[in-house]
Amino acid sequence: MYYREAGRLVKSFASDRRMLPLMEDRWILIAFMAFMYIVVTAFASDYLFSAILIPMMVLGIATLGLNIAVGYTGQLSLGTAGFMCFGAFAAFNLVLRLDMYLPMAFFLAGIIAGIVGIFFGLPSLRIKGFYLIVSTLAAQFFAEWVFNAYPWFLDNNSSGVVALPQHHYQVFPFQELTPLNAEFWHSYKGRYLLTLTVTLLLVLACKNMVRSSTGRNWMAVRDMDIAANVIGISVAKTKLMAFFISTFYCGVAGAMYSYCYIGNLDFMIFNLRRSFLIMFMVIVGGLGSILGSFLGAIFVYGWPIMITRLGDFIFGGGTLDTAFVENNSKIVVGTIIIVLLIREPGGFAALWNTTKQKLRSWPFAN
Amino acid sequence: MKTRVMVLASALVAMLGMSSIVSAEETMYVPIPSYRVGPYAAGGTGYFGGILDYYNLLNSRGGIGGVKLIWSECETEYSVERGVECYKRLKDREGGAVFFDPLSVGISTALIETGRADKMPIIAVNHGKTAGQRGDIFPYYFMPGINTYDEHSIMVHYIGGLEGGMENLQGKKIAMLFHGSPYGREAIAFMDSMCEKHGCSHEAIEVPHPGNEQQSQWLRIRKMKPDYVLLRGWGVMNPVAMQTAKRMGFPVSRLIGNIWSNSDEDVIPAGGAADGYQAITTHPAGTDFKVVQDIISDVYGAGKGDLQDKSRLGSVYWNLGVLAGVVHTEALRIAQERFGNRALTSSETRWGFENLVLTAERIEELGATGLVPELNLNCMDHVGGHLAKFQQWDANARQWNIVSDWIEGDVALSQSIIDAGAEKYAADNGIEPRPCSSDSNDDDFDL
Repeated sequence: MYYREAGRLVKSFASDRRMLPLMEDRWILIAFMAFMYIVVTAFASDYLFSAILIPMMVLGIATLGLNIAVGYTGQLSLGTAGFMCFGAFAAFNLVLRLDMYLPMAFFLAGIIAGIVGIFFGLPSLRIKGFYLIVSTLAAQFFAEWVFNAYPWFLDNNSSGVVALPQHHYQVFPFQELTPLNAEFWHSYKGRYLLTLTVTLLLVLACKNMVRSSTGRNWMAVRDMDIAANVIGISVAKTKLMAFFISTFYCGVAGAMYSYCYIGNLDFMIFNLRRSFLIMFMVIVGGLGSILGSFLGAIFVYGWPIMITRLGDFIFGGGTLDTAFVENNSKIVVGTIIIVLLIREPGGFAALWNTTKQKLRSWPFAN
Repeated sequence: MKTRVMVLASALVAMLGMSSIVSAEETMYVPIPSYRVGPYAAGGTGYFGGILDYYNLLNSRGGIGGVKLIWSECETEYSVERGVECYKRLKDREGGAVFFDPLSVGISTALIETGRADKMPIIAVNHGKTAGQRGDIFPYYFMPGINTYDEHSIMVHYIGGLEGGMENLQGKKIAMLFHGSPYGREAIAFMDSMCEKHGCSHEAIEVPHPGNEQQSQWLRIRKMKPDYVLLRGWGVMNPVAMQTAKRMGFPVSRLIGNIWSNSDEDVIPAGGAADGYQAITTHPAGTDFKVVQDIISDVYGAGKGDLQDKSRLGSVYWNLGVLAGVVHTEALRIAQERFGNRALTSSETRWGFENLVLTAERIEELGATGLVPELNLNCMDHVGGHLAKFQQWDANARQWNIVSDWIEGDVALSQSIIDAGAEKYAADNGIEPRPCSSDSNDDDFDL
């Protein structure tokens, strides 16, 4: 609405294929990144970092991972939290036993989760839809079982919960000589910056993948896998690649969930409920959309908190029965999800696209 | 239109900001991270109800040293991340929280290091990370009452008593049915050491969470023919164990429950199958105590009682809540004796917990004789009690009867395991154990 998209001529093939062809879009992105990196880091409170920003980003990455499998490739999966669990434990063991730097540990944790994901994605070569959900549930229960039954993964810790110590947060060599030492990376500011950087890189990678032949293969398999097979796309390779990338993202999200958000390693937080929650985030955000993944994560995670704070504010905190507020918040969230999906099945991403479209011709209607 | 926008905008800003209640008199703020919904709501409503009822009783008498307690509840639903979010949101309210007691092993363990950094005492009554007993390594983590190792050594001592002497344990078989979680697993190694010491044989049998199907476990027990079965359960696993035991013909009087298998909510669903079931407890059930009678007359009489269902007064969890209320407020009072009758900070409260001594005379003054055990916390021992009794369920009368006196746990045996665990934790995390001599403990409250 403020800038016209028409009449922009390109002078080279490269500039024609840019991710953000409009200069204003690029400026907005740079301004947004500067805001997130500089302004938010300087002025946000610990509560904002630890309870709002970091979990929304981490859950956004997990949702993005699931969206790659479900939204772009059409492979339904309910094992998301199980793959996150693999990623978290892999990262912990890599840092603990191999003294790895944290970014490298996240990357390798994602790879390990990806390999596990390929294994649990093998049934997708034979079955589709609802039946595939049931077999991905096996991944969820397997993750819960293996980390419960083998305490070695938790470094034989008797309480079952490991508080991730500060010296695990090694991000780059010789960091102890700079002010950006382990204590900084362990603080909420450091964790926020780490999460933001990883999120940015992963989103960029995903956007590129989706715009490339990989992404087109995924979408072809989603739309009609027999036709895709006919025109020469290897459906098996595409599906397994989708599972690998999807669980890679989930694994990195799981590692970040433990290291950057909760600060503890605990397999009980990666339970079936979390898998369902991430599935809701994908559906509410919009299948097959990167922005939708983050919008869905922000909404599904943030709305209950906002309702609780609203209830807290209106009723003064001490006087109202928290069970009443809690049960009502569940009802409200559920109702909103139902209403939203009836009015706009494409989720928030579709809402955003419609808004953009309307703004293009504002103030004229249609 | 513009005023509507302004009103909505200001409401949004106000909502997102912190809401603070300005009051004239001095108050101390306690966040209440309760769980009143979800699968463990029965225990949660009882426990936090008991705490709030006791706080209301004290407030009606003028508070602690003239300072009243204020609180706000936050629903955690027994989930770790919600508990952590509640902690972060509430810890700085109303001038700062004085301590945090979530009654959840997941939440309290997750907050150990955060409590250390924030100088906030994290309280875990009768449970918690056992290595946390070493207060020199865990200055901000308190587990008043008994720890896991105490529980099991007391249970074995009780069995020894039933057999007519600890020497009669030679050659006896004990099976432990444990909940398939780290909480359940925690006692296995200790039970092995206990049985090694006393000559019994011990086998641990896992019941995967949630435990509503225990057929195969009890078939195995039937084959094994143990003399006693210890129940280290949680939630629905407990009544199912009793019902399956009855079906399998195992005498329920030989089934001994641990501290999280000892409540009304565990035995009532089992009906007649729980008749004669014994469980460990740090406090008896019932309303026969002066402090409970005071709560019923003063707090419920004034309509400020927390429990919706008054028949739950005197239940195990509600009494545990009253016990916890006594522990919390005595720690605050002891801290006030040193720092003055004013609103305290969280690090001053830490000093109070670390020097919490509940003598029999003081318990008598509080009207809690028989309900609250004597406690003696100090820098090296953040558990302090190590004492428990046993109660037996009478299904016809629907009540618990105390069937033993105070039994002490084998502190010496557990100490070596605790020391090993705590020192390993300190080494792994680069924590310097602080010196526990009386001078530095006295003055070094601002750790």
